[in-house]
Amino acid sequence: MKIVIINYGAGNIQSIKFAIQRLGYEAVLSNDPSVIKAADKVIFPGVGEASSAMRKLKASGLDTLVPQLKQPVLGICLGMQLMCNHTEEGDTKGLGIFDVDVLRFNSGTKVPQIGWNQIERLKSPLFTGIEEKEYIYLVHSYYAPVVEETVAQSNYGVDYSTALHKDNFYGTQFHPEKSSVVGEKILRNFLEIRN
Amino acid sequence: MLTKRIIPCLDIKNGRTVKGINFVDLRDAGDPVELADIYSKAGADELVFLDISATEERRKTLANLVLRVAEKVNIPFTVGGGISSIEDVDILLQNGADKVSVNSSAVKNPQLINDLAAKFGSQCITVAIDAKQIDGEWKVHLVGGKVPTELNLFEWAKEVEERGAGEILFTSMDHDGTKDGFANEALAELSTTLNIPIIASGGAGNTQHFVDTFKKGKADAALAASIFHFKEIEIKDVKQELEKNNIPVRI
Repeated sequence: MKIVIINYGAGNIQSIKFAIQRLGYEAVLSNDPSVIKAADKVIFPGVGEASSAMRKLKASGLDTLVPQLKQPVLGICLGMQLMCNHTEEGDTKGLGIFDVDVLRFNSGTKVPQIGWNQIERLKSPLFTGIEEKEYIYLVHSYYAPVVEETVAQSNYGVDYSTALHKDNFYGTQFHPEKSSVVGEKILRNFLEIRN
Repeated sequence: MLTKRIIPCLDIKNGRTVKGINFVDLRDAGDPVELADIYSKAGADELVFLDISATEERRKTLANLVLRVAEKVNIPFTVGGGISSIEDVDILLQNGADKVSVNSSAVKNPQLINDLAAKFGSQCITVAIDAKQIDGEWKVHLVGGKVPTELNLFEWAKEVEERGAGEILFTSMDHDGTKDGFANEALAELSTTLNIPIIASGGAGNTQHFVDTFKKGKADAALAASIFHFKEIEIKDVKQELEKNNIPVRI
């Protein structure tokens, strides 16, 4: 299986590569459209600030490629947020894959949310074998509200989407690569989705 | 519900763990990677590595260690100690660190916090503050608490937040090593006046101290070193005590 982690200069991609290795698979890092198109599974990471991450994505022409991909794609953290219509962070237009606008936490809780929260109302192949209210690790200041495409949700002053799914596109607000054995199982579920 | 975090801290010198560590089942008590793995399996929510090396090779050795930890460990970890530039942070994050912590360098050059937050995002920038009370006022100290400054803890913490830090690791030098409990009054003031997470550090001696620092000190996370290294307290005992007191934890 060919697994490609999109390498567009936004964030901690070593951890994802290592997490995949621990599951017994190998992933390559690439920003080459032909390599990404030929992959069986694509991971779209992202850490940092939305508008600068989107600029980097555009600079490598990947903003048009990602929405056209046909194989399973998993956006993680900022990667997931960039797959939405828009994010308040830096007033940034997203890739429009998930039909939702990303907002800043604004309900009296500390920002960023850092730590382990629970996921509920699970409904996607991503969560096969995962129980309701399992703990996952998150670090973020912006969130996607609950919408039709929500396949896992959490509460941090507000109920919000911790995972989204539409067609071949998946997104997790949490970091599966940092969420201990629960995260490893979710990552394995993604890698084992049949194309 | 977001849970309170329990964070063991490992002191690192030349790529090895320092401060006697008392794990009978360790093959190599000096190997930070093996220790990190044990802590992650024991229920640690996060790890902090504090580098206290002072050699020319320091950067390279630390980067190599970070890479080895990232390869093995499936929970987040923060790296601190001697970080003073964008390049320092870039190397550590590229090797797989989730967060970095800056301390003295931020006091000497506060703009560093803005620069790091702008380049890497607030979420991966922790500012560590060491402070102790002098004539009733909390004063920030440098170089592991040895050198006093004129900075007031609460004013500096506010500035740190405004400059873009994602979280604050507050160590009370008055409590560190005493095993008498955390500096809960100062912590509560920090936690209620600031809008970013506060990690309590210094003073952990028993499980009740953790309950107190979350209830009275309103901390978001608690860090400890020696009590975990010497197995005076197990992480699972801390978490069970917290759960008994209706404090949300990941068990």
